Amino acid sequence: MGDMAIIIETLIKATIVLAVTAGMGAFATWIERKVLAFMQRRLGPMHVGPYGVLQLAADGIKLFTKEDIIPQNVVKPIFMIAPVVAATTAFVAMAAIPFFPEFTVFGYTIHPIVSDINVAVLYVMGVASVGVYGPLLAGMSSANKWSLLGAARAVVQMLSFEVVSGLSILAPIMMIGSLSLIDINDYQIGGISDWLIWKQPLAFLLFAMAGFMETNRSPFDTIEFEAEVVSGYATEYSGMRWGLFFVGEYANMITVSVLVSIIFMGGYNSLWFIPGALMMLLKVSFWIFLFLWVRAAWPHIRPDQLMWVCWKVLMPLAVVNILITGFVLI
Amino acid sequence: MELKDFARRNIAPGYIFFEGEAKPENGWESFKRVVRRSIKGELFVGLWIVFREMIRFDIHTVQYPAEKLEMSPRYRAIHKLLRLFESGSERCIGCGLCEKICIAKCIRMDTHVDEKSRKVVSEYSINFGRCIFCGYCAEVCPELAIVHGAEYENASEQRAHFGLKEDMLTPLDTFRAKQQHEFPGFGALSDNANDAVKRTPLAY
Repeated sequence: MGDMAIIIETLIKATIVLAVTAGMGAFATWIERKVLAFMQRRLGPMHVGPYGVLQLAADGIKLFTKEDIIPQNVVKPIFMIAPVVAATTAFVAMAAIPFFPEFTVFGYTIHPIVSDINVAVLYVMGVASVGVYGPLLAGMSSANKWSLLGAARAVVQMLSFEVVSGLSILAPIMMIGSLSLIDINDYQIGGISDWLIWKQPLAFLLFAMAGFMETNRSPFDTIEFEAEVVSGYATEYSGMRWGLFFVGEYANMITVSVLVSIIFMGGYNSLWFIPGALMMLLKVSFWIFLFLWVRAAWPHIRPDQLMWVCWKVLMPLAVVNILITGFVLI
Repeated sequence: MELKDFARRNIAPGYIFFEGEAKPENGWESFKRVVRRSIKGELFVGLWIVFREMIRFDIHTVQYPAEKLEMSPRYRAIHKLLRLFESGSERCIGCGLCEKICIAKCIRMDTHVDEKSRKVVSEYSINFGRCIFCGYCAEVCPELAIVHGAEYENASEQRAHFGLKEDMLTPLDTFRAKQQHEFPGFGALSDNANDAVKRTPLAY
């Protein structure tokens, strides 16, 4: 009976996480268009619903009802499965992420995390790395040079930033002594001064940069930069298969925002009079806004500059950071 | 005047010449350049500017089908044939000057002499597939009968639309409602010209 309850609870949680994050991702597309428009003195979508808020419904209807085009000369099964890989890995990574503090409903304590595994950080980063198979398979199966270039850039970028994000996050983990995101959150329970961002500013910077690279956001959007590779790996896709890539990208944005908030910015601990859940929402919203803000302001960098900065600047900095942290701990 | 001064005769005093940054010679110099560029506040100036524009919320969008920009009198769009303010009869006297001057040869008119032995225009048409909107016809017209309007929405199902006499001539009910506006003339300023004037960028 106990096992059954856990299975049902997990299923419900997984469904809620999937539905809410997918909905938030869709909503984030509207927010992105609006924020970018305001920063460029435009209005953005205005016609569908009040202030264009129903634009995401219109986009969704369009994506779902569009013809599913499989171009000539593509490797059909791989071409069809690649978007699913991209979207799935983005959502699966959320399984080990605690979104809110635990709360009680009808005398039943709920932990808002699908599965509290003790290697959560490792798991999330591992699954996020598997996500590169989406762009890679899509690009290689597409029979299109832009797609192939996009896939090559995706792999190169992934190899570069994975090292940085892994090494940068090692220093906080050494201080905390646990890979569980709940332990990391509990470590920063004592207000703003306990946030890891003050003890590990360099690791925070490096991890934030790696987060921008992982989500393919500007200024590191080399793999789908329109002026150079059309739409990168997604050039040949249309309709809902393209939509899956899109949903995956926004789910990744949410994942990275939640990760940075938990690891470096105090997670879902309550602050002064603000309850923890609201703190979490505020931080994640700020990070999503930062993604859009940076996209509006900064130009993107070349792939060779990206690799140069990853391997020759960021990785040595991360290693130095680990060394310093180690000496201080001893 | 020496050659150097002559070559720079169009350049204002105090003009700053920027030759470009020196290229880094070795790895250490390029590393220093990365550090300099990362720590210098340029990136954050960019962030601040877009954020300032968002807060200022000075939106320049014209939501086109709902709101339209006022067209300048200098704008040359589909022609209009005007009526005399006194009598409401057509201004066109059928002199044929516009037909003659039209460099695209797109104006065609038929005239005849009526029972009062006055010359009247029976047919007048402009082929807008050929018209280049040069404005010669309006310029040459001795009676200010043919002028350019500001109507720029010319999507249509038929080629001949907009170009026939009954399309261009001011309708009688519009005329009686005193809605026929006199053409202010070439080079006239628009009504909102004062609002649109800005200081020259060099001044600030």
